[in-house]
Amino acid sequence: MAKSGVEVPRLAGGPAGWVSVLIPAALFVWFAQFLGPVAAGETPLIGFDWVPSMGIRLEMLVDGLSLTFALLITGIGTLVTLYTTSYLGKHPEYPRFVLYLMTFMVGMLGLVLADNLIALFVFWEITTISSYLLIGFTSDSAKSRRSALQALLVTGTGGLAFLAGTILLGQAAGTYSLAEIRGMGDAIRNHEHYIPILILFLAGAFTKSAQFPFHFWLPNAMAAPTPVSAYLHSATMVKGGVYLMARMNPTLGGTEPWFWALVIAGGFTTVFASVLAIRQTDIKQVLAYTTLMALGALTLFIGAGSSDAIKAAMIFLVVHSLYKAALFLMIGIVDHETGTREVADLRGLARKMPVTFLAGALAAISMAGIPPFFGFIGKEFLYKAGLEATTAQLWITGTIFAASVLMFVAAGIAVARPFLGSLPEKFKDVHEGPWPMWIGPFILGALSLFFGIYSDIPEFWMVGPATDAVYGSDVSVDLYLFREVNAAFILSMITFGVGFILYLMHARIRDALAAIIQANPLKFDPGWDRTLDGVKALAEFQTRHLQSGVLTRYVFIIFATFAVTTGFTLWAQDALNFQLDIAAELDGLEFKHWAVLVFITAGAILTALTGSRMTAIAALGVVGIGVALLFIMFSAPDVAITQLLVETLVVVLVAVAMLKLPHLGVRTSEPNRPVHAMLSIAVGTVTTLVLVAVLQTDLDLRLTEYFNATSYYEAFGSNIVNVILVDFRALDTFGEIAVVVIAALSAYALLRGTRYGSIREEEDR
Amino acid sequence: MMNSIILNAATRLLVALLLLFSVYMLLRGHNLPGGGFIGGLIGSTGFILYAIAQGPTACRKALNFEPQNIAMVGLGIALAAGVYPVFFNDAFFTGQWWFIGDRSTGDYIPISSVLVFDIGVYLVVFGAILTLVLALEDEV
Repeated sequence: MAKSGVEVPRLAGGPAGWVSVLIPAALFVWFAQFLGPVAAGETPLIGFDWVPSMGIRLEMLVDGLSLTFALLITGIGTLVTLYTTSYLGKHPEYPRFVLYLMTFMVGMLGLVLADNLIALFVFWEITTISSYLLIGFTSDSAKSRRSALQALLVTGTGGLAFLAGTILLGQAAGTYSLAEIRGMGDAIRNHEHYIPILILFLAGAFTKSAQFPFHFWLPNAMAAPTPVSAYLHSATMVKGGVYLMARMNPTLGGTEPWFWALVIAGGFTTVFASVLAIRQTDIKQVLAYTTLMALGALTLFIGAGSSDAIKAAMIFLVVHSLYKAALFLMIGIVDHETGTREVADLRGLARKMPVTFLAGALAAISMAGIPPFFGFIGKEFLYKAGLEATTAQLWITGTIFAASVLMFVAAGIAVARPFLGSLPEKFKDVHEGPWPMWIGPFILGALSLFFGIYSDIPEFWMVGPATDAVYGSDVSVDLYLFREVNAAFILSMITFGVGFILYLMHARIRDALAAIIQANPLKFDPGWDRTLDGVKALAEFQTRHLQSGVLTRYVFIIFATFAVTTGFTLWAQDALNFQLDIAAELDGLEFKHWAVLVFITAGAILTALTGSRMTAIAALGVVGIGVALLFIMFSAPDVAITQLLVETLVVVLVAVAMLKLPHLGVRTSEPNRPVHAMLSIAVGTVTTLVLVAVLQTDLDLRLTEYFNATSYYEAFGSNIVNVILVDFRALDTFGEIAVVVIAALSAYALLRGTRYGSIREEEDR
Repeated sequence: MMNSIILNAATRLLVALLLLFSVYMLLRGHNLPGGGFIGGLIGSTGFILYAIAQGPTACRKALNFEPQNIAMVGLGIALAAGVYPVFFNDAFFTGQWWFIGDRSTGDYIPISSVLVFDIGVYLVVFGAILTLVLALEDEV
């Protein structure tokens, strides 16, 4: 089709596709303008008054750390959404996917930018929930639903711990502003609640960033569509926990518990995950486990806490985001074009998909840590920081060495295996993916090379300011590819040698590992299922006993709870410690009072003894009307009228309902009758005691006096009860009538549902 | 539905009386015993009596509107009375008053958003109770 004029490049996915690409791109450009000021050492606080009357401001804290994250989120976000237009653009639910992805992006940006800890928590939860929706996007698959729920429960539980920690920290610091808390490190570290705060924060960070023993949800989360894995579960969301630890480092860091918790958990996760990575046969799973490894390494180095370690962590953060997103997107293209991700099946795709291969190769070389790529610099600084560590030097260096070797192997599995070698017959018709798909990994791969050669660019704009922000004071950051033959350099060379040998024999190692893991009785995934089953069994148990569906039992439980708790409170508060002169009290009663009392008592006795429901409800009505008469005698006409009307209506309602119910028969033969009698006596006694006890205290007339004085002059009404209902406390009344409407509608739905048998039929089906 | 001639005859008179009385209770509520809640209860009693005498179908026909809709409209009116003052820079649910006539001589009619709110309460109570009773009576 030849067309004149400029042709707009078409994107699959339509308007939703364009929106999804343009929003992150625009945000990326907007954040890029802060690079200059932040590199110059400023920390702009951008905010607006949200609820000015309560002094609540929504503020963004833009420093090196949050800016680095924001640029990664929006930059990689742009490439991933562009990729998605091709990957999912024709999916019928594509706009929904875009909505989830954009929600996530907003949540993630808010998380890294929020200055207020409570706001940070809210955004934290937004990322959790949108991650749940994204992992479960293919909702017709039971596996993906399970993975989504698992991720939600693990990170959500951590989120609750984080909320508790936030509140404790806010109490300890007296403020929720991160900018202010940052300067209070010493006070917080010496605070009596330091250890609980630390535990709660780390529970949040470890679950979010999938540190051992909470690691199991992340590989399962790979059930999500590949762009989600690339974006959420390698480049951004899982780094939310890392962000939190980095952000809290000046406040909570530098203590022994912090050091050992992070170094041990991080180090263990690093080695554990990289061993498991080698064991996988699905390339996406290989990448998933190497992501765990990277998160472990970041935790480890933030925990180590020296300026070198922080610097190494920040370099590695950028390095990892670039190559891991690229590799996930690459394996997505391979999967999209060939339909498989199995190491054993894929061979020789380089000739058919040259650009994808090039992009993957650039990223993989960076991951393997080969010069002159950015990954090499990252690895050198990790080694340097490890070798220069003062505590746990061997542990840090050892774990990072093992991880680097295995990373080299994993890079080979992820790219060399599928692309090199001879092309099998079945892939003869495979062709290159469309441009929106390969452009993303290509740019990210190229950046991995570019940042390696021109390392002063990331140093000046991102890593330097980020390190300053995390370390809490200025650190000189000087990135270089090669300066001298030192211990770190020699270790790198050994890494390549060992890595290459292991790569050549990795098939055998994988089988051996598979056998070992098979024999290991401690498995997290089945353990998770057992825990969930336990919770469900507990829920079923309590439902069976408390929610039996038998009205008598509900009423019994409610009244028994009332009698026991109220009785206990009376006893515990020592409220019954008074002298009551019964004769004097009774002396004041006139004949009309006695008449009403007899009236009420007779009604109550009749209710208890009668064998007919109709008689019982009418007798209960007599009791109610007697109470209404009491109200009239003591000058409360409003209450009395209401009581009278409600009693009338209750009798009518119950009488109508009763026409449907079976006859009661001879109730005295019921075995529960003595128990019910005891319960009614207990409730009656407790209620009487409460009333008598209340009368012993002085009547507080302040409210009555206030309303007496103001109701006519301020609300132009002389009926205080009504003025309170419709004017002073109108909001309460509004809530009450809303409840009335909801109750009526619910009852209506229930009655209608049973009438046509629709509810029962649904259950039978 | 009861086949009682006396009840049938009495109901015709009583329903009208009860409805009139309920409106009276509603309007006088601000200064004397009464109000929207009590008014709504009395009004619904009238229709319940009618339903008992003539049957739920006749009662629905006489009502002209579905009772649950009446309740919802009442809730809407109450909400509107609450939101209205916000446009005059007053807090939610602040009463707004107009006095038609001469206040100094006491010869005036007070109208207020509070009364509108009470009318909403009346309709909610009236509609909600009739929803319940008529649904139950349909059952039988």
